Amino acid sequence: MKGLLDLIVGDPQADRVVPPTGITARLTVFVAGVMAFLALIALAISLTTGRVADRWADELAQAATLRLPADPDQASGILIKALEVLETTPGVASARALSSEEQQALLAPWFGTDLPLDTLSIPQLIEVIAAEDPYDPAGLQARLTAEIPGAVLDDHGSWRAPLLAAASRVRLIGGAVILLIAASVAAMITLAAHASLSANAQVIRVLRQIGARDVYIARAFVRRYTLRTGLGAIVGVVSALIVLQLLPDDGGFIAEVGFAGAGWIWPVIVPLLAAVVAFFATRAAAFARLREQT
Amino acid sequence: MIEFDNVSYDYGGSPLFSQLSLTLAPGSFHFLTGPSGAGKTTLLRLCYGDLQAKTGKVRLFGQDAGTLDRDGVAMSRRRIGVVHQECQFLDHLSVAENIALPLTVAGRSAEADGNLQELLSWVGLGPQAGRLPPQLSGGERQRAALARAVIMSPDVIIADEPTGNVDWDMSQRLLALLVELNRMGKTVLIATHDLTMIRSLKSDVDARVLRLKDGQITAAGAAL
Repeated sequence: MKGLLDLIVGDPQADRVVPPTGITARLTVFVAGVMAFLALIALAISLTTGRVADRWADELAQAATLRLPADPDQASGILIKALEVLETTPGVASARALSSEEQQALLAPWFGTDLPLDTLSIPQLIEVIAAEDPYDPAGLQARLTAEIPGAVLDDHGSWRAPLLAAASRVRLIGGAVILLIAASVAAMITLAAHASLSANAQVIRVLRQIGARDVYIARAFVRRYTLRTGLGAIVGVVSALIVLQLLPDDGGFIAEVGFAGAGWIWPVIVPLLAAVVAFFATRAAAFARLREQT
Repeated sequence: MIEFDNVSYDYGGSPLFSQLSLTLAPGSFHFLTGPSGAGKTTLLRLCYGDLQAKTGKVRLFGQDAGTLDRDGVAMSRRRIGVVHQECQFLDHLSVAENIALPLTVAGRSAEADGNLQELLSWVGLGPQAGRLPPQLSGGERQRAALARAVIMSPDVIIADEPTGNVDWDMSQRLLALLVELNRMGKTVLIATHDLTMIRSLKSDVDARVLRLKDGQITAAGAAL
């Protein structure tokens, strides 16, 4: 903690031994800002995708669809029997037969909106909502098969599994993007630090000659690059948050892109992570370069 | 203070000197002379740990320089003030800040204020304290370098052709400062090929003259 405080507060005298470098400083701040901006946007998209996928998966997990055999002569009898079975099954919170309009809406993407549903032999669908302590799908299916031959209970498992897999992959991609951005920041900071160390070769020579320890010389560079990167990352993160706030509210996915709950930790973590990456990258570059000198 | 024990050094296999033994006792004053290319600067660099002996041992304040790590070399250098012919400064810092730099890097900035004014007056750079190094003349740079070399009150002062870039009057002023430091108990080693300078100081200081030639060091003394 003291080391971190020393790094932030610094020693004004020690800082002055390294001359201010214009273009390298500005580039470091700029690149760190851009990287942090991209990282936060990638994280927001990744987290939102995961969140939406989780929500859909949860909704799918709660609901099941019971498809009754399409028999126009016994339709109402089968429906009543199915509802009776469902109402007496422990773990079923509610069961509701879909109306003709709802069934028509489900088929509309394939058959259009003017489908004469009542003239067709269409299976009746029942939406089954599970209770908190849910029913056993296999047991219910067995009971339904015994009571209503041809009734099929779809617990949406075949839909949920790929959705969960996709959400997991999106999260992985988000993590990979963060790692790549961190690696890019490290590479950029290393290059900038090497350039700065080369440009200040005379400064380093003089400092070594008058008895400066490597850690003293390195600290002046490390502190400078760590703070610059942290500052750039803060600017990048704030910019990204503003952009996320300004996204159009179209009621769809885009409107949801952002952070929620524990996800709000990321706008804090990204600048800290950038600063930590810069700290270690500059430190490694500085000590490597110093070891080349007597 | 500084001891050479059968020290050899070469550049890429071409020997500069070999089996060189030398002792700089506390409070002594030495001139190191010899033709150009004899290895005077190399010998000085070995003295402040800027080079490592190829064979033999260089002892800095009783410690084998070859076994010192980088921090150890840095700590030894705080006890050795070095003045080069081509003085290097941090051009973005003022003359006063440059002179106080050894205290700054040693974490003793607070001591700078008191010592600095005294030192600036001693080397006659009071009015130039706020200037940047590129604004100084050659003589002023040499005096600033000397002030920087002594601000930590080092045990040893090493000067490599300290009067090479200054006129006669200025060289006499610089040498007078070095003699004064020696009287204060500091060990002084000056590399020079300027025999006139050595002769001019003969009456002021009990100096030993070392002549480096053909890879060997000899006491020149009376020959000068």
